[in-house]
Amino acid sequence: MKRSFVPTLLAASIAFTTLQAQAMTTVTIGTVNNGDMIRMQELTPVFEAAHPDIKLQWVVLEENILRQRLTTDIATGSGQFDVMTIGSYEVPIWGKQNWLVSLENLPDDYDVDDLFPSVREGLSHEGALYALPFYAESSMTYYRQDLFEEAGLNMPDRPTWHQIRDYAVALHKPQQEQYGICLRGKAGWGENMALISTVANAFGARWFDEKWQAEFEGEEWTNALSFYVDLLGNYGPPGASSNGFNENLALFNSGKCAMWVDATVAGSFVTDPSQSSVHEHIGFALAPMQVTEQGAGWLWAWSLAIPVSSNVKEAAQTFITWATSKAYSDLVAERYGIANIPPGTRQSTYENPAYLEAASFATTTLESMNKADPVNSTLKPSPYTGVQFVAIPEFQAIGTQVGRMFAGALAGQSSVAAALSSAQAATQRSMARAGYHK
Amino acid sequence: MNTSSLPVEHSAQAEESSQSVQSQRRRKSKISLAMVSPSVVVLLAWMIIPLSMTIYFSFIRYNLLYPGDEGFVGLENYYYFMTDAGFTAGLTNTLWLVGSVLLISVVLGVLIAILVDNMFWGRGIVRVLLISPFFIMPTVSALVWKNLLLNPVSGVFAAIWNFFGATPIDWFTHYPLGAIIMIVSWQWVPFAVLMLMTAMQSLDQEQKDAARLDGAGPIAIFWHITLPHLMRPIAVVVMIETIFLLAIFAEIFTTTGGGPGYETTNLAFLIYTQALLEFDVGVASAGGLIAVVIANIAAFMLIRIVGKSLTEKH
Amino acid sequence: MLTLKQTRQLRTFLLGSLAWIVALLVFFPIFWMLLTSFKTELDAFSSPPQLFFTPTFENYIQVDSRSNYFHYAMNSVVVSFGATFLGMLLAIPAAYSMAFFETKRTKGTLLWMLSTKMLPPVGVLVPIYLIFKDVGLLDTRTGLILIYTLINLPIMVWMLYTYFKEIPKDILEAARLDGATPMQEILRVLLPISKGGIASTLLLSLILCWNEAFWSLNLTASSAAPLTALVASYSSPEGLFWAKLSAVSTLACAPILIFGWFSQKQLVRGLSFGAVK
Repeated sequence: MKRSFVPTLLAASIAFTTLQAQAMTTVTIGTVNNGDMIRMQELTPVFEAAHPDIKLQWVVLEENILRQRLTTDIATGSGQFDVMTIGSYEVPIWGKQNWLVSLENLPDDYDVDDLFPSVREGLSHEGALYALPFYAESSMTYYRQDLFEEAGLNMPDRPTWHQIRDYAVALHKPQQEQYGICLRGKAGWGENMALISTVANAFGARWFDEKWQAEFEGEEWTNALSFYVDLLGNYGPPGASSNGFNENLALFNSGKCAMWVDATVAGSFVTDPSQSSVHEHIGFALAPMQVTEQGAGWLWAWSLAIPVSSNVKEAAQTFITWATSKAYSDLVAERYGIANIPPGTRQSTYENPAYLEAASFATTTLESMNKADPVNSTLKPSPYTGVQFVAIPEFQAIGTQVGRMFAGALAGQSSVAAALSSAQAATQRSMARAGYHK
Repeated sequence: MNTSSLPVEHSAQAEESSQSVQSQRRRKSKISLAMVSPSVVVLLAWMIIPLSMTIYFSFIRYNLLYPGDEGFVGLENYYYFMTDAGFTAGLTNTLWLVGSVLLISVVLGVLIAILVDNMFWGRGIVRVLLISPFFIMPTVSALVWKNLLLNPVSGVFAAIWNFFGATPIDWFTHYPLGAIIMIVSWQWVPFAVLMLMTAMQSLDQEQKDAARLDGAGPIAIFWHITLPHLMRPIAVVVMIETIFLLAIFAEIFTTTGGGPGYETTNLAFLIYTQALLEFDVGVASAGGLIAVVIANIAAFMLIRIVGKSLTEKH
Repeated sequence: MLTLKQTRQLRTFLLGSLAWIVALLVFFPIFWMLLTSFKTELDAFSSPPQLFFTPTFENYIQVDSRSNYFHYAMNSVVVSFGATFLGMLLAIPAAYSMAFFETKRTKGTLLWMLSTKMLPPVGVLVPIYLIFKDVGLLDTRTGLILIYTLINLPIMVWMLYTYFKEIPKDILEAARLDGATPMQEILRVLLPISKGGIASTLLLSLILCWNEAFWSLNLTASSAAPLTALVASYSSPEGLFWAKLSAVSTLACAPILIFGWFSQKQLVRGLSFGAVK
């Protein structure tokens, strides 16, 4: 009796666990390691308590690695992930390939119309919504009020790039480790090219004309790139050509930059006393314009999508609806403080006086989000959507290549003209290969 | 089989014995075949299955992001890879990177190995410290170097430069490839030290003493006794490091992203751009095959130079 | 005037100091990483860099609450040891027969094996991914073990071969004449006298598997993800991350580093490829 007891128990417990496993649906979520997503991961128990039949499994990776991982998975239809965290760049492309589940039948209390129209548009292909925005960002200007006051300068609500340069000249004091301006310089389509594209947009340039011909050798691009190289090269920190978002954030937070033009999401970092030694002196303005306002500030939305290769689409949709809902925002506000609500996705967030009160950057963020338009992002007409990127599959590689050449110009390894003409040649070549020039 | 060792007495036995030697030889070759084959077979499979797929992909238009567009394109993929603006730069940077790191790790490896061959207090700890960088993940060491050491504003190097009143060097702008060579050398010099310091222990002390008595100075001893003794381990270091250095990728990806310009783009990084940014499997496959050919030429030349001391028994 | 003995003492002292300085310089980046892991994010980026600060365990606490370190560490251990063990199983007989029954083709085979290492992994990712998908090896430890065995096998065979070649043939001959089968020959004679070489091959393979970051990131999702994936989940998020990354890197590198320190003697003995006579 005693002898058979243990195996029986064992068998029973195995049977029990299998039974339980059958009833449980496991949803595997691939996500980026940014702070807002980490909070989402930390709130897993709340979701699982509300949905006892769903178990969440997390794969958290650095942005670049995650992107290549998810693309290989979805393109080969491997079905390793049930929820994918992707950006405004991927969603329309993947939607077009029928790789993502089109999101219909969202519950009424989800209130789709509350989402920012520009964000929603960026996540749609031919009218169908393929992903739900988790948080979204535009770009804006951060500046040090104390330094501006000291120098008797005044930052307008919407500065021009030429004004920014004048301020940078006045505030650039390298011997005191205080630099006029910090901007992205590290090569990459999501790094320096995000910023440079918005500078170019403001100067009236565009990536492609209506016939998909690159326009780097035109006057607008020449002006924009010469301006950028002069500004950052002469009034920026040393090593600017290897600084991305994080490097600049670190510089700005340690009080080394008088100005910084970058993602609105940094608003919560620069005002956070535990991260920033200058959190009390930060001012916000819109991203600089020049000949036009169009496309001067970018638009990016980290979003949650469901690949068609997933076996548990229903559970996955339950999860992404929860994670992008108003109720989720309330939950974050309650647990982590109201300023930590995922920004930039819902208009209602910005109608909440408590949020506007707690997040000093909210008003400028809202205005920037409202101004960003991925469809009409350039002064002259263009055949593509996207402000700081071109929503075609080739862009990742083209953007990276061009980004390297522009970083070379910034580092002084080639002239602006040489960088532009090699960018032109490389872009035309890739576009010809991809069959855009018939 | 014991018979073969006995003295031969009769011709019949002799014949039997020679037969047994022959059968033994046959048996030997069978054993040898049976023993090598598992490795050869799995490596062949490993080699042939992906390789033939790669060769096939390199001749078709195959982009993961455009399913259903696959057609035979002949040599187009090869053409696009070899005429890429970064191809020549990639090739020269690869050679510079491999060449300089090999040189640095052999020279420093020999010097450090000789240095720690002396008896002094705490030699065991010194050795452990010296080889530690070899155990660190490449991505981690690249991040530590880029952000904590070489950063021109807050890095440790900048602080040292400032302390002496000099302007900190902006490594990744002015010496991008140099900075990468520095990081990679930091990882691979310890490997050379590890190999060479062991070899030093077996150096014939009497030979050295005899030479010293004959009036040879330390430099003469180094050239005529120490260095020849280290040739074989040096050859091993060169072989193993070459294999890994040809494929250096993580260090470049984390620090410079191949830039500025094409200053730090090597072949591995170029193929990465094709394979995991553009997802152009066709061009990436062509690039991979070109890299194999180049690597094999390099390996062949290396083997001509250092190979003798490796495979021959001395 | 110094006596001869004094000169020698001075020399030893100077050379010893020089060796210590070199060693400390080489080790400095690792020390700095360890130090940074006890700083706050703000301190980690302060300029000039601080040597003295109030240490905090906050980073380690956060890493512990966010990720299941032991899950990743366990995968690293299983995969590294599994691939090393499987690799040895294949490599020892191959190296044995190549070293003791050399034929015309041996050298060619050896070089060919090494040349398989030259194919850049990123060039064959898609073929491998497709194969793994079809046979269901994605995100499994078995899949990673297989890949690692294959990529390290050439180096293992080659290292063992060079080591075995140093062993006088007579020793094995004697055993053979005593009627030992090849299996017995390997187990009873070859392995005991080549412990050093085998230990070093094992260690090198372990280090290479532990630190491999291309296949481990691209072929796993959650259940088989090793420590390299843990590091990737802390590197370069939006926001300051150096202190946390230092903490997680320290955790990821510590096991293999400590293992390496303790086995350094074995490693040194074997890695000499018979240069030690």
